[in-house]
Amino acid sequence: MSVVLLAHGGGGRLMADLIREVFLPRLESPELARADDSALFTPPPGRLAFTTDAFVVDPILFPGGDIGRLAVCGTVNDLAAGGAVPLYLSAAFVIEEGLPLEVLSTIVDSLAATAREAGVRVVAGDTKVVPHGKADQLFITTAGVGCVPEGVSVSGHHARPGDVVLCSGALGDHGMAIMVARENLGFVGHLESDVAPLNDLTAALHSLGPDLHVLRDPTRGGAAAALNEIAAQSGVAIQLHEEAVPIHAPVRVACELLGTDPLTVANEGKMLAVVAPEAADAALAAWRDHPLGREAAVIGEVLEGPAGRVQVRTAFGTTRILDRPLGEQLPRIC
Amino acid sequence: MRLVDEFRDAEAVAGLREAIARRLSRPAKIMEVCGTHTMAIARAGVRQLLPPTVSLISGPGCPVCVTAQGEIDAFLALGECPGVVLASFGDMLRVPGSTGSLETLKARGTETRVVYSPMDAVRLAAASPEKEVVFFGIGFETTVPTVAAALLEACRLGLRNFSVLSAHKRVPPALAALATDPELAVDGFLLPGHVSVILGLEPYRFLAEQHQIPCAIAGFEVTDILEGILHLVTQIADGRAALANQYPRVVRPEGNPTARALMERVFTPTDAVWRGIGPIAASGLALRPEFAPWDARQKFALDWDRFANVPEPPACRCGDILKGIASPHDCPLFGRGCTPARPIGPCMVSSEGTCAAYYRYQIG
Repeated sequence: MSVVLLAHGGGGRLMADLIREVFLPRLESPELARADDSALFTPPPGRLAFTTDAFVVDPILFPGGDIGRLAVCGTVNDLAAGGAVPLYLSAAFVIEEGLPLEVLSTIVDSLAATAREAGVRVVAGDTKVVPHGKADQLFITTAGVGCVPEGVSVSGHHARPGDVVLCSGALGDHGMAIMVARENLGFVGHLESDVAPLNDLTAALHSLGPDLHVLRDPTRGGAAAALNEIAAQSGVAIQLHEEAVPIHAPVRVACELLGTDPLTVANEGKMLAVVAPEAADAALAAWRDHPLGREAAVIGEVLEGPAGRVQVRTAFGTTRILDRPLGEQLPRIC
Repeated sequence: MRLVDEFRDAEAVAGLREAIARRLSRPAKIMEVCGTHTMAIARAGVRQLLPPTVSLISGPGCPVCVTAQGEIDAFLALGECPGVVLASFGDMLRVPGSTGSLETLKARGTETRVVYSPMDAVRLAAASPEKEVVFFGIGFETTVPTVAAALLEACRLGLRNFSVLSAHKRVPPALAALATDPELAVDGFLLPGHVSVILGLEPYRFLAEQHQIPCAIAGFEVTDILEGILHLVTQIADGRAALANQYPRVVRPEGNPTARALMERVFTPTDAVWRGIGPIAASGLALRPEFAPWDARQKFALDWDRFANVPEPPACRCGDILKGIASPHDCPLFGRGCTPARPIGPCMVSSEGTCAAYYRYQIG
């Protein structure tokens, strides 16, 4: 089986072959095919959104996705959460020598297919190969540019007391799927990552105009981290209704067993929205009409204060504070 | 989810809530002994379901939190031996010893593995014959049988590169120490369901019979906890002390003799230091002499006495907070030297410990 060699990153003929055989035919990008040092394009009218994200997931192939799909979705979803329509991506690959070419090809296939699904083009790229042990198989960094349509203005600073918090679907699928795959916890049942590009889903809310206040994709740290950020940025409190939060049964089971709060588990295919109360029904209907938003739900509301606090209201009428998780998710003894 | 949802029924909760308020005759301080109870109480907001005159005090039953600084120091010291891989449960990672934590050691390059089960550490040793895998044995009687089983498996496989550093603790001696403390200001014990699955009812009887402390073994869902508290306020109102088992669906009176036999085959009681509380006679577990080749204390010739005498931070008031006679605000370290990100005492180490909760909810 052929593998990536250090020489594939050396700037010589092997590297040219790798780009010509693995990357170019899959990414179908005229900008890449020109092989210039930069991609040139005319900016659309309006404000531009620009973001970047690095992907180091282990395992690189996981149930429901892979690092290639994740690398597109992560950046596309950050642009989407900025209210933007994503247009162009760059992708930089740091490859550990010895990675089977077949695996690399599978991942580039997946990255390309996801870019097509999201309607974005990869216009710039880079490949580096590092010695064995200096990276873990494959790291990908993507950056993306998008344009924000007229009338859309979303920011973590825009939540107002009385606003309604929506979630586009069940929480915790990605993080639990990764944990189960990484630690061989197959006993909890089959879990799949939700990784998906959400720009079409967020575009469905653009018609709300000024009533659309915040969009945020609850990735690392889960909904707990995302909502704490919004509460702090906007100087408001956010209250969640525990019973209203959609969570798939296997994720609940896995979280119960591992002592993890699903609200702190990462998602890669879910979006949170904070909208004016009068727009809540329209927002919910728009999301439920979308294939990626069928399980969308109103999960809470924005309160005056205390500023920066996120609390969960339980089925018993009690409340608890939802902190952002301290660091990495750890299995507990008790 | 079966076996969970029926114990989180809002109507049942409302009924129990009323019953507790009706039976309550006087203010009551109840200690939930077990760390898992503490977490469950916080998660369901149980304090808000109780009359204001019922206060819940978090006891010494979080095994991670009561692991002594010296025990952590000893484990971290093993990381300096060549070829050693330190294997531990995940929630031990951030708990500080006197100079650092497993997390900081890991960042500096010591090989560490977070495992879900002690058997994972045995498998790791079998797969890496060139490494020396040391498992940090922490936990109460709930966890000890699984460690015993893993160790016996390592013996059976003839694995000489696996060992256990036992910092295990026993719950009944700690309860005895609390019960005989003249300063203890607690009206009832909510006893740990999981530990009782192994131990059964017998080891707790002395609390009610000799010390007249009302006791209830309870499960971990919200209705379990409320039922347990109802048992306790009823006993308090009736002026009697008994041992109630609210959790008979998993706690049998005789416990689990098979698990106890495993535990007794591998371990023997020894004196141990509890973080924030100090030494308690026969409250720890050491490996029996015949398992010396798998006992990290002996294998690496650890000077255990030195580690056992690592002083606890002198200003820490966790011991008094755990007994219900001090509040976190009485502690000079609270919120200054001791915070959730850099905890010193067990009440701050546990994310739902009394001090961590006071800090987070800005109580008082």
